[in-house]
Formats: sequence, C-alpha cells, structure tokens
Amino acid sequence: MAEPTLPILSLSHVGKSYDAGGRRIEALRGANLDVARGEFVCLIGASGCGKSTLLRIVAGFEAATTGQALMWGKPISAPDPSRGMVFQDYGLFPWLTVRGNIGFGPASRGRPAGEVRDTVDRFVELVGLKSFADAYPHQLSGGMKQRVAIARVLANDAEVVLMDEPFGALDAMTRERLQDELLELWERTRLTVLFVTHSIEEAIFLSSRCVVMSPGPGRIDRDIPIELARPRDVSASDFNELRRELSGMLHSHHGRLAA
Amino acid sequence: MSAALSDTAAPAGGEAAPPAQAGGTSPGSGLLQVALALVLPVAILVAWHLATEGRTYSLIPSPSAVAVALYDLAFGGINDDAFSASLLTHVLASVGRVYGGFALAVLAALPIGLLIGRVPLVRQMLDPMLQILRPIPVTAWLPLAMIMFGIGPRSAFFLVFLGAFYPVLINTVFGVRSVEPRLFEAASMLGCRGSAQFVKVVLPAAMPAIFTGLRLGLGFAWVVIVIGEMTGVPTGLGALIMEARQLSRTEIVICGMIAIGVAGFISDRLVTLLGRRLLAWSPNHG
Repeated sequence: MAEPTLPILSLSHVGKSYDAGGRRIEALRGANLDVARGEFVCLIGASGCGKSTLLRIVAGFEAATTGQALMWGKPISAPDPSRGMVFQDYGLFPWLTVRGNIGFGPASRGRPAGEVRDTVDRFVELVGLKSFADAYPHQLSGGMKQRVAIARVLANDAEVVLMDEPFGALDAMTRERLQDELLELWERTRLTVLFVTHSIEEAIFLSSRCVVMSPGPGRIDRDIPIELARPRDVSASDFNELRRELSGMLHSHHGRLAA
Repeated sequence: MSAALSDTAAPAGGEAAPPAQAGGTSPGSGLLQVALALVLPVAILVAWHLATEGRTYSLIPSPSAVAVALYDLAFGGINDDAFSASLLTHVLASVGRVYGGFALAVLAALPIGLLIGRVPLVRQMLDPMLQILRPIPVTAWLPLAMIMFGIGPRSAFFLVFLGAFYPVLINTVFGVRSVEPRLFEAASMLGCRGSAQFVKVVLPAAMPAIFTGLRLGLGFAWVVIVIGEMTGVPTGLGALIMEARQLSRTEIVICGMIAIGVAGFISDRLVTLLGRRLLAWSPNHG
C-alpha cells in the first residue's frame, strides 16, 4: 500500500510536441497536475488545448517529449491495465460478444477460465446488459456500447479510468443516464477518474475538480475544485454560477485567440 | 421473406440499434428469382440446340449429344469407351489437387500476409519481389514447374498453389493493414501486448478480408486446375479435357467444363457457409 499522501497520478512539466508537415507543433506545454486517489477530475477546454494529448500520455499511448508522468510515483512508459481507457468511439472488438469484450482483459492476463467467467457475469450485471450478454457490438446502441467499454475496463481491475469524451457521440437522454450511472459507479468504488470533455455542464455535474485548459500551445490554465453537494442539480443557482464562471474562462481564451 | 426473418432474429429492446438492412432487395418471391436466373441459360441452350441439332458436320456437338456424353461419363453403359463411368475418378482427383494446393497456399499466404501487413522489415524485404512475381500468369510457370517438379501431380499441386496464393496473400495484407489502430490501443491498455496481438487482434480483425481472399483463392484454384493438369497427370478434370481435345471428343470437353463449373460453384458455397458461421459478428457478412 502506498503512503496516503502520494498522489495516484502526478504530472510535472509534461509537454508534447511533434512534427507535422515540416512544422513543429506544440500540443501540450508544461502541464503540472496531481490527482489523489478517488478524485473525479474533468479536463475541459476548446479543441486543440491538449486535453486529449494529456490523457493519452497518462494512458501510456504517447510519450511526453518533456517532463514526466508518474503513477504511484513510478514513470508511465507503456499502456497498463491499471489505467483503463474509455474511447469516444468505443474501441470494442467487433468479433467478440459483450461477454467476450468484457472478458478480453482478464483472459489476456492469463486469469483462469472460471475466474474470467465469474468476473464477466458480475460486470455484465453491473452495467445492466444481462439480456445482451451474447450480442455483438454492431447489434448494440451507442449507450450500450459505452457501458461495455466501461465494464471491460473495470473488469480488468483498472484503478484509474481515463475517459476521452466518452459520451460525446450519444444523444442527450442516453448521455444523462450514463452520467448518472458513472457517478453511481464512482461513488460505490474507489475509482479515480480522469475525464476529458468540452461540455461545461458535464464537467461541473460530474467532477470533484475541473482542470481548465487552453490552446496555442495546449496548457493547463486553472484548476477549480467543484464543491457542490451531490446529487447535483443542473438548474440550481450555484450550479449556474459555476457554469458562468467557467464559461467566462473558456471564452476569454477564444477572445485572446481572435485578437 | 428472408428480410422479415432476420428482423425478428435481431435482439429486441428499447435501446437496441435497428438491424442492418438486408443487402440488395430482390423483386418478388423465391420462385421468381429462380425463374429469372434461368432465363439466360435456357436461351443459350435453345440457341445452341437450334444451331447444332441435326447438322452432321457441326464441330460443336448438340446439347443432347453433350447430355448423353455426360450420362455415359458419369454412369457408363452407352459408349463403353475409355471415358465411360470415369467422371467420379476425375472429379475426385481434381478436388484433391484443388483443395491440396489451396490448403498449401493458405498455410503459406496467411502467416506471410500477417507479417507483411504488420512488420515493416518483412514488408520491405518481401513486398517488392512479390509484386513482380504476382503478374506472371500461372500458364507461364508451366514449363518451369515441369522442370522443377517433374511431370505429374507435384507440378499440378504447385500450379494450383500459385493460383490460390496471391489472392489469399493480398487480401490478408489488406485486412491486416486496415485494422483500426484504436483496437491495438484498446488491446494494449487491457494487457494484451506484442505478439499476443497477432492472434487476439490482428487475425480476427482481418478475418473478413482474409475470407474474401480465401474465396477468391479457391476460385482461382479451380480456374487453374486445367493448366495444372496439363502437366501429364492421367486423371483429373483438366486431364480429361486435354485428352478429349486430342481425340476431338468435344462433347467430353464440354462435360469437363460443366463439371468444373459445378464443382467450383459447390466449393464456393461451402466456403461462403463457413464464412457465415465464422463472421456472424460482422454486419457485412452475418
């Protein structure tokens, strides 16, 4: 067990730049971020602010060109089951059923078949897909696919769940339902969530902390704790106040870009 | 009719996505479809009959002569010559070579295709050579094959192998290269990395394309069987055709053509059925 004071994720001066068509593009510059275990952190900002890049560095899909990203104090060098990723386009394996997708991680890590089966049963039930357990992804709706994507990450013992605009492709009703379900999961388990979104409302509704990012080059601007009581009411006045505040921060960047 | 059936087979439930549309709506019932498929063959038969029947010096035998020859070839009892009741022997010999050569081609093309598609070093080493070898027709290989493998079944195997190899290889490479990069990310964050991804991600993801390659390859194997059996083998549908040609038994030649067509059709149906089972997950195949 790690010391209670050690952050589960720690980024110091993380930057990322790459060459595109002979031009050097700086996607992220000098990002500092500590995340404690059990926090729900939203990364919010306009496109090009580096929020997805930051998430992919934490996932281990991309290496930082400067600085360092640590998990429990150890450098992140490659993708790992302890950091599960939920993609906006789901990234499910189309040739596997719901059960197969959820069992993919445990089976890949050499868990015995009986244990994999029990885990799969548990998580199929947890995300309410029991009657679709043997369906293939193309037979599922977007909301169901995203439930499978979340379940397969949790079934694989992820401590940190990285979510890259996971509900961005869903209709409003389904999105709200999944937000509620995600919060319920997060409150029940001791998950740490790093959630990328460009919706201010979604960020305030879900997170315990909002990290506001801005483009050109991508960087972290502000780090705002969201201390509203849960369950949160999107029409409450304190919610609206926060929304206005965050909206102002995001729009001031636009103004600066245009100027 | 079939569209209605697949509708009810799709999972029910408020949130379920609508099942994929059945591809290609066809007019009318099954009976009409059969009738439509028969129009052209019947027209050709009639024209063929009118052009050949009752003409003593026609080089092309009449349909009825072919029918009689086909019966004799299959069951004997009419001509009682060297061809009588030999159809099954020839069919079995060709089926053995087609599937043997095809199986060899798959065994070679699948792993090479997976490696070319996935490993840049292998691609750089093999791809240019294969691109140059590929346009060489199987016919052009015939003399060399007979020198290398001798007169007989080994040359036939080799030629059928060549015919089936490239379609399987090219479609495998295509399938591997078009695997969504996202799936590799998903696999690696779930703990499946390195060479394990070949079996758990690359192969299944490329399966629809590989499958198209298998179908084409098996088709080509039947196409080249006549050339493959020009290598001096005594049996096989190709050998039958070559021998009948030398004896000017054109009706036997046509029987051999019909047998190849039917055998090729049946083996294509078998592969398609297998594919339906293996690719039930794919909206484009299932």
